[in-house]
Amino acid sequence: MSQAFLVQGNEACALGALAAGVRFFAGYPITPSTEIAEILSKELPKVGGKFIQMEDEIASIGAVCGASLGGYKAITATSGPGFSLKQELIGYATLAEIPLVVVNVQRGGPSTGQPTSPSQADVMQARWGSHGDKGVIALSPSSVQETYALTIDAVNLAERYRTPVIFLLDEVVGHMREKLIIPKTPPKIIDRRKPNPGELPYTPGPNGVPPLPAFGEGYRFHVTGLIHDETGFPTGNPEVTDKTIRRLHSKLEDNIKDILRYSEYQTDDAEFLIISYGCSARSAEKAVKLGRAQGIKLGLLRLISIWPFPTELIMSKTKNVHKVFVAEMNYGQVTAEVIKAIGREKTEGILRVDSQLITPDEILSTVTKGVY
Amino acid sequence: MVVINEKLCKGCLICVEFCPKNVLSLNKLQKATVKNSENCISCGLCELRCPDYAITVRK
Amino acid sequence: MNEIIKKYFRNNKLPHIWCPGCGNGIVLGALARAVDKLGLDQNKTAVISGIGCSSRSTGYLDFDTIHTAHGRALTFATGLKLARPELNVIVITGDGDCTAIGGNHFIHAARRNIDITTVIFNNNIYGMTGGQYSPLTPTKGKSTTSPYGHIEKPFDIPELAIAAGATYVARGTTYHTMELSKLIANAIEHKGFSVVEALSSCPISFGRQNKLGNAPSMMKLLKEKAISIKAAEKLPPEKLAGKYLIGELFRKQLPEYTEEYQKIINNLTEGGQMQ
Repeated sequence: MSQAFLVQGNEACALGALAAGVRFFAGYPITPSTEIAEILSKELPKVGGKFIQMEDEIASIGAVCGASLGGYKAITATSGPGFSLKQELIGYATLAEIPLVVVNVQRGGPSTGQPTSPSQADVMQARWGSHGDKGVIALSPSSVQETYALTIDAVNLAERYRTPVIFLLDEVVGHMREKLIIPKTPPKIIDRRKPNPGELPYTPGPNGVPPLPAFGEGYRFHVTGLIHDETGFPTGNPEVTDKTIRRLHSKLEDNIKDILRYSEYQTDDAEFLIISYGCSARSAEKAVKLGRAQGIKLGLLRLISIWPFPTELIMSKTKNVHKVFVAEMNYGQVTAEVIKAIGREKTEGILRVDSQLITPDEILSTVTKGVY
Repeated sequence: MVVINEKLCKGCLICVEFCPKNVLSLNKLQKATVKNSENCISCGLCELRCPDYAITVRK
Repeated sequence: MNEIIKKYFRNNKLPHIWCPGCGNGIVLGALARAVDKLGLDQNKTAVISGIGCSSRSTGYLDFDTIHTAHGRALTFATGLKLARPELNVIVITGDGDCTAIGGNHFIHAARRNIDITTVIFNNNIYGMTGGQYSPLTPTKGKSTTSPYGHIEKPFDIPELAIAAGATYVARGTTYHTMELSKLIANAIEHKGFSVVEALSSCPISFGRQNKLGNAPSMMKLLKEKAISIKAAEKLPPEKLAGKYLIGELFRKQLPEYTEEYQKIINNLTEGGQMQ
C-alpha cells in the first residue's frame, strides 16, 4: 500500500534520496537545509548507508565525490553561502564527471543575506557558479510531493549523465508541510554504466557519457581536475581540450528531451503566459485562477528543470501569446534567459527581492497592467 | 652491478655524491654513469635515492 | 628499471615532471616500497592527492588514483574510506596543500582518527607556482613573496598532527630513504589516522633563493639537521637546538572512525548489510 505522510519539503527530499538508492551523505549545518542532514544522519545507517558531518562545506562535497567514486550514490545539501563554497568542487565533479547531487535550499543573499527567508536567487549560480565553461542540470520542485519524486529524478540523472545535478529547493518548499504520498511500487532506479572490457574510463558512450567503474574493482584508473583525454590522464592538447569542454555541454544539451521537465496549466487557449518555477510557481498558479475568473486568458508554464535551459520549449509555448510574464524571486535571472529566447518586447519580469514570498495578487496586478 | 637508464636520468648528482664507494660520475651529457664498477658493493643506496628511477642495482 | 617501479608505477607516464634533484621522486619511491613490503593489493588501494608538485604523484602510481583540487585530498579520502572501509586509502600532499589551503581538513581528519595514511612531502615552499612561502617556510627564509626574509613561524607538522588527534605520527627525510620507507609502511599498517612528514628538498624554487647549493648539498643539510628520536632522548636540550627529530614520534591505539560507524550500522541492521 502507498503511504501518506504530512512532511516538510526537506523531509521529502531526504526520503526521496533514500528511495533513489542514496547511501552516502556528507554535509555541514546550514539553515534552511539542515533537516535533510538530520534526517539522513538518522536513516542512512539503518539501511547500511553512511552519514558524515564534515568540517566545512567544501569538505562535504569533497567527501561526496570520494564516496561516489567508491561506487556509492551520494548527495549533499546546503543553502546559498554553502553553495558558494561548494562551487570549487562542483566544477571538479563536472570535469571529472562524478555523479552527485547538491541540494541547495535557497535563501536570500548575497553573503549571509537574509537568513533564512525565501529566495530564488541562485539560479545563475547553479549555472555559472564555478569557474570555466560547463554544462549543468538543475531541477526545482514546487511542492512537497514533487520534491520527493524529483529528488529521485535528480539522483537518476546524475548517474545517467555522470554529472553533478543541482537540486534547487527554496526555503518555502523546503520548510512547508504538505501531504506526501509514497507510492507502493518502488521508483525506477538508474545506475551509472560500468565500462565494457577494454573501454576507457573517459570514452564517451553513445549518449556522450563515459562509463564509470568504482574504486576497488580493479580498473585502477585516474581521476583528475585537469583537462584529460579518454584515458583520464592530463593533456595540454588543444583539440582534446576543445572536445572535452564541448562534450560537457553537449552531453546534456543533446539529451535535453530526457532531462526536460515542465508542467502546463491553462495554456491551451492562453493569450498571456506566466513562466515560473519553485515556490513562485505556486503563487503563479493561483494568479492564473484569479485572472481566469476576471476573464483574462492566462496560463502558466512551470519549469521543473531549469538547466539546460528549455529555450526551444519556451519559443514554442510563447509563439501564440501576446505577452509573457516571468514570476521569480530574484532580480530577473530566468527572465533574462526568456528575453534571450523570445526577445524583450514580449517579456516582462515580475520580480520580488524583499525576502517575502511573491503573492498571487502582485503577479496578477502586473499581468493586469500588461493586459489592459 | 649498477644499471643506469639515461632516458630517465636528470643529472642531479645525488647518486654521485652519496655513493659510499665513489662508483658513479656524470658523463659529458650530464647523465649518471658507472666509472668504477669494481668498487661497487651493491648497497643499493643510489637506487633508493635516485629521484628519477633511473638506477637499478643488480646483486 | 627496477621491479618496484615496474610494478607500482604507470611506466608510460615516466619520466615524471619534477625538476632535477627534486625530492618528490625519492619520497614516492619510498612509498612504493612500503606498499610492496606490506604486500597491499593494488586493486584495493587508492591513492589520493591535492594540487602542487608532490600531488602530481598520483598520475604516476598504478592504483585507483585521484588528483583532487588544492587542499582537498583528505576530504575525498574521507568520503571514499567511509564508503569503502575495505580499501587502503593513502593521501599524498605537500606542505602548502596540506597545512595551508587544506589545513582545516587535515586537523579534522586527524581528530576523527579515520584510517587514512597521509604522507606530506615537505619541501618548505610552493614549488609549482615558482617559490612562494608556505606554512613550512622557515623564519627568515627567502621566497618570491618574502623577498626581505620570512617573518612568520613555520608549523611543526608532527606537533600539529598529534595535537589534532592523529594516532601515528612520524617524520623522515629523503636522505634517510630506507627508514622513510619503513615509517610509511608502519603508518599504513597502523589502524587510525597516520601522518608521515617526509622532509624533502626543492633545489630549484627553494634552494636557489636561499643559497643552499645543489640537490646533494640540500640533502646533506637534511642529514645534518636530523636527529633520531632515540638519539635525542639521551641528549641535553641545548644539543637539540636547530635540529629536528626523525623516526616514529607518536603512536596510540584509539577507536577508528569507520569501525565506530560500522558499529552503529550493526546495531541498527541485521549483520550490517546494505539495503
